Amino acid sequence: MHYLVEPGFLGSPSVRTALIVGTVVAVTSGVIGVFTVIRGQSFAGHSLSDVATTGGAGAFLAGIDQFWGFLVMGAAAALLMEGIGVQRRRGRDVATGVVLGGALGLAALFLYLGTLKTASTGASFTILFGSIFVVSPDTVPAVVAAGLIALAVIALLARPLLLTALSPDIARTRGVPVRAVGIAYLMALAVDVSLSAVAIGAVLSTALLIGPAATALRLVKSPVKAMAVAAAAGLAATWIGVLLAYDSYYWPPHGHGWPVSFFVVALVLAGYLATYARRPRRLLPRSPHEEAAECSPA
Amino acid sequence: MTELLKLDGVGVRLGGRQILDDVRFEVRPGEFSGIIGPNGAGKTTLLRVILGLIPSAAGKITRPPTIGYVPQKLNIDPDVPLRARDVVSLGLDGHRIGFSFPSRKRRDLVEKALADVGAGDYASARVGELSGGQQQRVMVAHALISRPSLLLLDEPLANLDLAIEQEIVTVLAKLAREHEIAVMLSAHDMNPLINVMDRIIYVANGKVATGATDDVVTTEGLSELYGHHVDVLHVHGRVVVVAG
Repeated sequence: MHYLVEPGFLGSPSVRTALIVGTVVAVTSGVIGVFTVIRGQSFAGHSLSDVATTGGAGAFLAGIDQFWGFLVMGAAAALLMEGIGVQRRRGRDVATGVVLGGALGLAALFLYLGTLKTASTGASFTILFGSIFVVSPDTVPAVVAAGLIALAVIALLARPLLLTALSPDIARTRGVPVRAVGIAYLMALAVDVSLSAVAIGAVLSTALLIGPAATALRLVKSPVKAMAVAAAAGLAATWIGVLLAYDSYYWPPHGHGWPVSFFVVALVLAGYLATYARRPRRLLPRSPHEEAAECSPA
Repeated sequence: MTELLKLDGVGVRLGGRQILDDVRFEVRPGEFSGIIGPNGAGKTTLLRVILGLIPSAAGKITRPPTIGYVPQKLNIDPDVPLRARDVVSLGLDGHRIGFSFPSRKRRDLVEKALADVGAGDYASARVGELSGGQQQRVMVAHALISRPSLLLLDEPLANLDLAIEQEIVTVLAKLAREHEIAVMLSAHDMNPLINVMDRIIYVANGKVATGATDDVVTTEGLSELYGHHVDVLHVHGRVVVVAG
């Protein structure tokens, strides 16, 4: 006999840790993700998460907690990308691509050396695809604190970030230090990416950043509502994902749980696709800009 | 009456090229000025140096404390969650840190700013979904809510059809007249503005001629400015400048 909530779910310490970490990650990613999509920096977000892989692999080799590796490497990459030219729209993609390529090469080396060291692929799997159930309880306070700091930075900069998204020139004429605000946002993004790398893996962390935000942008119109809906969508995907992963120990092949990251990412995707079932009625005719975007290839 | 904005011998160099040279003019409160000239003449550069977005290489600029600015085109996707009223609200205090808290006073200010430019009907629509003319109006409301004494608009009439073009000009002229706001806008065609302009600022060849339209836009005057012969023709009440 199986239950929706299998026995022992809430009593398990690793489940409790997973739910705490998952909550922090989902809320932080939802809020920051809305700004990432508004600023058109999804690629930068994805690249930071890939680059975090290098940090996680390096930390594993050095024998320290992967969270710190994700964090240091993500922040360093964010600064490097900004230095090369993220402030220019075209330079942004080029700079991001260059940093990304270099870092992933290093990640390949670290992961290979790591595999030699432990003679198993378990660590590589955790770094790339995460496992919220094996987060060390010692890391939890750092994860919660980092999430709160990133959220505080974004809350403080919310209005200047929106004004800059509207027009960088207007923001400058109103006295907003556009570049400094951009750097602060990228640092908050790097912190968030490290958090979700801990939860669902470095490679998949973009899913929690972009998916819930994209879902929210299809459903609501105002910035504050978008942040709330994105956080709620991320939260739902993470909690249900943790629950299903716990239950999956009782699914075939028996005694081997399915990866929690799979459930979280699948739920995020399902949520996004579900928004297409309910097409929001438009107040106004479609803009030419939008039609052009849909006609252009990919 | 004292001048609001004064440019005294302003020059701008960008990438080693002299874009503007020895620009001098004054703008007084409530004046409507058109910055007119061919593409590439330096109209946008002139607006940007007045806004302080680029440095001047020579001369002196005296600016009012607040300048409202409406850029040429918004680069905003339809899915960006900013409604027209959010955009106008950002005009009030978007440069400050932290969130703004909703209040009746704020809502009334925003609704009034939208109504003043005739954009009340689409206050709840996302700006990315609005047409070019609708976005212009919202951006004018965004600029005006901070109560500037000077409003600068970069090519606000570009890519608008004729009827909407005239509507925007009427809205701006009314604002200048009723609220004593000096309006300066750039345009490549002076004709939609001829009836409302107090002053033309004609930019060509990196130089500027300014004054009443009839005094500035003459065959002799513009030929000297361009550095080669041009003809100023009057056709059915419209003014056309043709290279000779």
